[in-house]
Amino acid sequence: MTQPLLSVKDLVIEFSTQRGIVRAIDGVTFDIMPGETLGLVGESGCGKSVTSLAILGLIPSPPGRIVSGSIKLEGRELVGLSESDYRHIRGKEISMIFQEPMTALNPVFTIATQMTDVLMRHQGMTRKQARNRAIEMLALVGIPSPQKRIDEYPHQMSGGMRQRVMIGMALSCNPKLLLADEPTTALDVTTQAQVLEQMVKLQDELGTSVVLVTHDLGVVAQSCSRAVVMYAGRIAEESAIQPLFQAPRHPYSEGLLKSIPRIREEKLDELPTIPGTVPDLLHLPAGCRFVDRCYKADAACHQQEPPLEWQNNQAVACYHPNPAAGSNA
Amino acid sequence: MSTLLEVKNLKKHFPIKGGFFRHVVGQLKAVDDVSFTIPKGHTFGLVGESGCGKSTLGRAILRLHEPTGGEIRLGGTDITSLNRKELVAHRKDMQIIFQDPYASLSPRRTVMQTLLEPLEIHRIGDAASRKKKVLELLDIVGMRANVLHRYPHEFSGGQRQRIGIARALTLDPKFIVADEAVSALDVSVQSQVLNLIARLQRELHISFLFISHDLAVVQHISHQIGVMYLGKLVEIASSTDLYRKPLHPYTKALLSAIPMPDPDTKSDRTILQGDVPSPLHPPSGCPFRTRCPDAMPVCEEAMPELKNLNENGASHEVACYLY
Repeated sequence: MTQPLLSVKDLVIEFSTQRGIVRAIDGVTFDIMPGETLGLVGESGCGKSVTSLAILGLIPSPPGRIVSGSIKLEGRELVGLSESDYRHIRGKEISMIFQEPMTALNPVFTIATQMTDVLMRHQGMTRKQARNRAIEMLALVGIPSPQKRIDEYPHQMSGGMRQRVMIGMALSCNPKLLLADEPTTALDVTTQAQVLEQMVKLQDELGTSVVLVTHDLGVVAQSCSRAVVMYAGRIAEESAIQPLFQAPRHPYSEGLLKSIPRIREEKLDELPTIPGTVPDLLHLPAGCRFVDRCYKADAACHQQEPPLEWQNNQAVACYHPNPAAGSNA
Repeated sequence: MSTLLEVKNLKKHFPIKGGFFRHVVGQLKAVDDVSFTIPKGHTFGLVGESGCGKSTLGRAILRLHEPTGGEIRLGGTDITSLNRKELVAHRKDMQIIFQDPYASLSPRRTVMQTLLEPLEIHRIGDAASRKKKVLELLDIVGMRANVLHRYPHEFSGGQRQRIGIARALTLDPKFIVADEAVSALDVSVQSQVLNLIARLQRELHISFLFISHDLAVVQHISHQIGVMYLGKLVEIASSTDLYRKPLHPYTKALLSAIPMPDPDTKSDRTILQGDVPSPLHPPSGCPFRTRCPDAMPVCEEAMPELKNLNENGASHEVACYLY
């Protein structure tokens, strides 16, 4: 059994707001294995971005606070690490790609300045070495004539190019883990396909583990090997990709999968939906958080929150899960 | 079937100013010679990548942007020739639903005020009948009457979009432009709003121009689909034909780029290289030729005309020299 690269255990994160204390993450546990791509899926407010920020030690505090739980990178505890210690990890061992390539790059510096900074700091390179390495990375992510484009400013590039620069920058120090928060959401489908292909290719070559945070189940199906489905701050289901898409066990994953419009031969008159909306984290229903929107809910679901239970590499937090793929139930 | 909207050779060019005296130095052809029709009670889907001119086209049809040339006929009336006053009267028949439900509702107005305003502007009914109409509208979009005196910030994105839809319906329009109306919503809410739009269409026989970058959404909701690239329509077909038998190389590439929510169909993709060219300096001839896998010398010379390849009586138009 290989050791996980990163393990998150019983993580609880709260934010204090004017209306009260919001528990954005409520007991989240998962592992990331070396070299794998894990999808973190869910709708807005489910806590997927907060989880990835917590891994990077970027939860703004105040108002945010990691109440309990641990995040271990190769056995080393990250929760409670000092800011100066975290700086050695961020960008070097764990790096991140954000959703908005327009705002993640600094508009007043050239790509060269921004990329060499990282390399000089973490790898102790000279400016010249760093520049060569940066050009190499740009070529690797498929930027045409990198020697020329490296001296451009972010505004001179298109959205897809900027996202490639971000990927190149994030991978330039050979990090062990890459957190990609909605990396292709702001891009067009054709550009999205290019960027995703590039990411998967680089990951194969460099052996980096990737956490792909997204709401797009299509992207997850095409690029991840495993996925964690989150709902209102908790994990609803964790599973390898194949069984998740063939036989989702949690009614929420099931509803989510059914409600995506797909390209079909025969058109449906009506799309299946999940009734209602995501609950306000300040006023969660008693029992299971999904209870008000669930077609399977009964008295037990109103009583107590169901625990996440494992069965053959598929975990589900539900009292009435759908039968697992391949079972005869 | 009777035609409700007819768009003929519509053009919208934006002047580009530059230099010391802000002279006009060029034209950005956001919409260039676009023609199509929408029958009564049908939905026409418009797809394309960002910057291809689909939103400009939607707005030009409503004369929210003044068209540079061409003709728009709605129910027989030529919209382009109306003066300001006549246009206001005709605005009743055509409405728009915007993308961002957070920006398109006034934060200072209650739901009631927002929904009453169009009725007041057009002086329809008295106070009592207006209120009755507002309550009816809320019921149609699936909201309860107790929301009337609330402000937009009290609602979620999906509910705001429902209010936006109710507002578009207040004057019983014949035609609605839905500009990325579900793009900002979460998947589970998106399907609810899509179902609502489909139901309205069936029950109220409204024609829609449904603009979206999401091909699966467009296929689900539309009868006919137009594919746009750099200001031009390159393919128009019924939604089933377009997906079953896409003709234009751009349509094929777009379709193959969609990530399928099914891990077993790792599609053999034709991944397009490069980005959409700048609309300021579009390539000569066919605008797609710089990224087209099937480009031929003839493609550089002139833009191919839309050609109708009728098949079993169903119209399927494509602008490409391959056909």
